[in-house]
Amino acid sequence: MSHHKLEARNLYFSYPDGREAVKGVSFTVYHGESVGLIGANGAGKSTLLMLLVGLLFPEQGEVLVGDVRLTKKTLPAIRQRLGFVFQNPDDQLFMPTVYDDVAFGPRNFGLDEDEVKLRVQRALEMVGIPHLHDRAPFRLSGGEKRVAAIASVLSMQPDMLIMDEPTSALDPRSRRRVISLLKRFDHTKIIATHDLDMVLETCRRVIVLNEGQIAADGMAEEILTDKGLLESCGLEMPLSLQNCPVCGASKGIF
Amino acid sequence: MSNILNSLYNMGLLDDLARKKTFIHRIHPAIKLLTTIVYIIALTSFEKHEVSAVLPFVFYPVFIFSFAEIPVIPVLKRVLLVEPLIIGIGILNPLFDNYSVVLGDIAISRGWLTFLSILIKCSLAVTAGILLVATTGMDRLAFALRVLKIPRVFVLQLLLTYRYIWLLIEEALRMIQAYSMRAPGRKGIRISDLGSFLGQMLLRALDRAQRIYQAMNLRGFTGEYNAGKAPKIRFRDLVYLMAWSLFFVIARTYNIAVLIGVLFTGVGR
Repeated sequence: MSHHKLEARNLYFSYPDGREAVKGVSFTVYHGESVGLIGANGAGKSTLLMLLVGLLFPEQGEVLVGDVRLTKKTLPAIRQRLGFVFQNPDDQLFMPTVYDDVAFGPRNFGLDEDEVKLRVQRALEMVGIPHLHDRAPFRLSGGEKRVAAIASVLSMQPDMLIMDEPTSALDPRSRRRVISLLKRFDHTKIIATHDLDMVLETCRRVIVLNEGQIAADGMAEEILTDKGLLESCGLEMPLSLQNCPVCGASKGIF
Repeated sequence: MSNILNSLYNMGLLDDLARKKTFIHRIHPAIKLLTTIVYIIALTSFEKHEVSAVLPFVFYPVFIFSFAEIPVIPVLKRVLLVEPLIIGIGILNPLFDNYSVVLGDIAISRGWLTFLSILIKCSLAVTAGILLVATTGMDRLAFALRVLKIPRVFVLQLLLTYRYIWLLIEEALRMIQAYSMRAPGRKGIRISDLGSFLGQMLLRALDRAQRIYQAMNLRGFTGEYNAGKAPKIRFRDLVYLMAWSLFFVIARTYNIAVLIGVLFTGVGR
């Protein structure tokens, strides 16, 4: 299924103030893969995600979704296939009710209202909040907002989910819910985050960004246990893999 | 600060009310909009010193309040917010227009009458506007405007302004909180800090707006706001419009208050 492929070819991007955020990044994500995109603050994760969904355009290089090159012209068709979940759900939820928010995408794609209703119900059930459909988004709790934001993307039935920090600012239970949700999706996923324990659970492949360049790209178990690599990129090993803080005993998971 | 928090919470009140399902709520939004427009036109077309003939127009908001199950106090509080403005417009009338009129046994300046007339008319018009939003909801109202062929740029402007208000308040609230935590014992924001405070707020609001716009774009937004199923105008919607318009025209043409008075006392003017 080559049309679910996402390819970045030698991407370069710098901001108007001259800061080079992405410097020659190339990778390919295949159908069904889940990829953790990790890196320190300012490593270029968010910029890279914005390049992938066409919110920014690279100065050099190209993004291919399926076999279609991402340009201003192909953007509408491509965006329908990419679901982008923002870091701050408040940026994504702006309609009077959760229902309207989840229906926003499908309605924009001109679906008739019965189909929209079906999709909204399905998306809300998928994330487990059908009871919140009539609530105002800005009165939800942080965890509820997050899953509502995910539902608002799922209702477009994208081939690929791209998420910016899906577990940031969540309490442990809400975080757990989002993680088990992510594990259940069989979409192709790209998750940018600092939450390395979450990456360990949800992603098989990890791409490490450091100062706008790819420092490593490989299996999660290998990269997340490579203490030297992680520390040189401003990260540290997932807490669940670190030695016991009380007795110092190694866990030896892998 | 709790005031700001409260108003933030209350912002959603009209939206909540609009979600009720009384028969008033079910009337086609365009019909309700037209009824409100007819009401306001009839109301404002009265002579400037008319008071008694305006009184029957109270019936319309009372009708909506009771049948749409809208709580009176919160709505009146919102009307109260505009009241200083209305008073500002009318307050000089008693000073400039001191031609005296005799009401029963009392002679008063005609300025007071015109002032009272302005006060009543404006308050009723504002109440009708708020009730329209409270029984229709901003998104359906936007739909009604589109039905009436208002250009979508204006409708979108209205809608997004309404949506962004609480974001702006939230942002301001966070900034004020952060400021007051580091400026203990001071009320408000020092004028010398106000420049950068407001500038910051503008920049943050722009950033926020940009991100929301991006989120909308990613979900296929192309400039047309789709509020869902388009209801059809049914026969009973037209009856509603006709009945009210008829009432407004009659109330505008005949002084119902005086007619009722004559009916009960048998004394003409």
